[in-house]
Amino acid sequence: MNIIVAGLSHKTASIEIRERLSFSSHNLTTPLQEIVNLPSLYEAIILSTCNRVEIVCTVDDNEKAIREITIFLADFHKLSLNEITSHLYFYTGQDAIRHVFRVASSLDSMIVGEPQILGQLKDAYRSAVANKTTGSILNRFLHKAFSVAKRVRTETNIASNAVSISFAAVELARKIFDNLEDKKILLIGAGEMAELVTRHLVSHTVKELFITNRTFEHALPLAQEFGGKILKFDELFDNFAQMDIIISSTDAHDIIITYEKIGKALHARKNKPMFLIDIAVPRNIDPRINDLPNVYLYNIDDLDGIVEKNRQVREREAKQAENIVEEEQIRFYVWLQQQEVTPTIITLKEKFESIRLKEIEKTLSHWEGLREEDKEKINALTHAIVNKILHDPINFLKTKGEKNRFPIEEIKRIFNLND
Amino acid sequence: MQITPLLYFKQIEFYVFYLTLTIYCIGTINFLIYLIKPRTLFSRLAFYITIIGFLFHSIIFIFRYLTYACFPVTDLHQSLFFFAWCFVGIFIIFNIKHKIPVLGSFVTPLATVFLISSATLFTQKPVQIPPPLQSMWLPIHTTLAFLGEAFLGLAFCGGLMYLIQENQIKNKKWSQFLHRLPSLQTLDDLNYLCLSLGFPFLTLGIITGSIWAEYAWGSYWNWDPKETWSLVTWLIYAALLHGRLTIGWRGKRAAFFSIIGFAVVLFTFLGVNLLLPGLHSYDSFTSP
Repeated sequence: MNIIVAGLSHKTASIEIRERLSFSSHNLTTPLQEIVNLPSLYEAIILSTCNRVEIVCTVDDNEKAIREITIFLADFHKLSLNEITSHLYFYTGQDAIRHVFRVASSLDSMIVGEPQILGQLKDAYRSAVANKTTGSILNRFLHKAFSVAKRVRTETNIASNAVSISFAAVELARKIFDNLEDKKILLIGAGEMAELVTRHLVSHTVKELFITNRTFEHALPLAQEFGGKILKFDELFDNFAQMDIIISSTDAHDIIITYEKIGKALHARKNKPMFLIDIAVPRNIDPRINDLPNVYLYNIDDLDGIVEKNRQVREREAKQAENIVEEEQIRFYVWLQQQEVTPTIITLKEKFESIRLKEIEKTLSHWEGLREEDKEKINALTHAIVNKILHDPINFLKTKGEKNRFPIEEIKRIFNLND
Repeated sequence: MQITPLLYFKQIEFYVFYLTLTIYCIGTINFLIYLIKPRTLFSRLAFYITIIGFLFHSIIFIFRYLTYACFPVTDLHQSLFFFAWCFVGIFIIFNIKHKIPVLGSFVTPLATVFLISSATLFTQKPVQIPPPLQSMWLPIHTTLAFLGEAFLGLAFCGGLMYLIQENQIKNKKWSQFLHRLPSLQTLDDLNYLCLSLGFPFLTLGIITGSIWAEYAWGSYWNWDPKETWSLVTWLIYAALLHGRLTIGWRGKRAAFFSIIGFAVVLFTFLGVNLLLPGLHSYDSFTSP
């Protein structure tokens, strides 16, 4: 039994191709059933995300299975083989194990260390289990992949640092306020980055969001999308002291939020901390306010600097993570080999035993006048011959087969055990 | 000298003392590794080791309580020993309840230092205090005062963590520490909680001490250095608590006050005994 991975990812295919080859994660039943019905496949899992489409399966004959899967993918998505073959990759043996472990640990992700992929893999596995397309090998394999991912996460810093500006902003907010649930956010102005930061903060369930814009109409769609309240721009400072987090992103060419305003607000809120994010260029918030106690001001460069540093940390940590993956990959591969040895020995014995019984039957049925005693002796003799013959091959399998796949394949081929 | 069973046990106590100290050292090392390594395993390991150390610590204390003529806080060795016990005990309860294991990276080194200082003053013969001082006020006064100081010790550790964390966020440094240390809010809450528990204990400790003084020496307040410095300590924490409750002192200022406050606590506890003579000096118990 082999594990193979067939698929495509952001590394081999553009978004257009990925879209056309993707499976709807809500309805994997049909494709899963069709896949396990392919003649060479036993177990299968389909992982389909926006960055990758992968089929993890157990097969006997790699070459055949790869052909069948390629044809299946093309047929299922109504594409021609030529359109897809150049985008597909196939991993077999240790490479397949390594690949799945790397994917689960987010080492193969577009942004290394982003944890979503593990959840997606778990969902994919759950669908496969629900559709009964996994067996003992893939069950064990996927659980191992999850535990490798966990090991990577706990033993390295790969996922502990935010690598996007909006995540870095959220993480900072949480390191200041801990819990954002009772916090009020004020968004001044608009802009892609400001919206992104706001979206991430809102998804951490802040209490209230206020939006203000010099042009009232610009605030409207944002307020609707995030469920925020609109403040009139000239009333901006009326409730200023209530705000815990302020994101500023206007195209004003002067400073809107001055040192004095924050000083006053701070006094009114009894020094409760304030977190200000200045995304605007030129800046909207007086940089001196970072000197005030309990006020934390970050501008776009500060956040960029953090993100850049975190990326470097992740790259460094990824090397350590690769070592963990390699170690686990080898361990799992050895286990997989052991799974092969025992069944091979059993089939080998069964084959010889059935030959022996057939020949005994053939001979004895024509042999007349033979005493029961003699029949026993012939029986024992043939039994001994078979055992003697099998002794060395079985020994060979037991000692070599656990470390190396090759003898198993050879023995199977020599004795024609596959059918 | 005749070998009595008691002496035999004293020998065992001596070994258990060093065993406790060793366990605390191992716990401290694990807590320090936890501070810089991403694995959370170390914090759990360190915490369990600390609990085991605490159990041995408790056994020695109970043994002393049962075999000594009075509550075993009559010399500096015993006092440091008892204070370390209160400190670690409060930390263990606190961590079980509030789950801030990284606090251990600050508490255990400090507790270990206390215990090492205690070890350098190890005496086989406990100081006998004169009969007038032997009363139930001894355990009440010392326990209340030490519990209060243990809470204030936690506030001190929390204050240090706050200053480190605040410095990182303010100056836009993003290191492993930023992830390891709790949020500013958590640390500020910790400060307030420890203060609001420690201060009443400290107050009660001073009050019971003064009642005891009335019984023993015939006056509530003698202005001996220990009493004077206790008052200074009390005033510092009273000011901080007042500032917190009324004018919004918090964060860095509260952290700073907690650190200064605990420094004064330590001076009151150790400095006064070692540097300034007075009624509380342990030597004075034996002097005529």
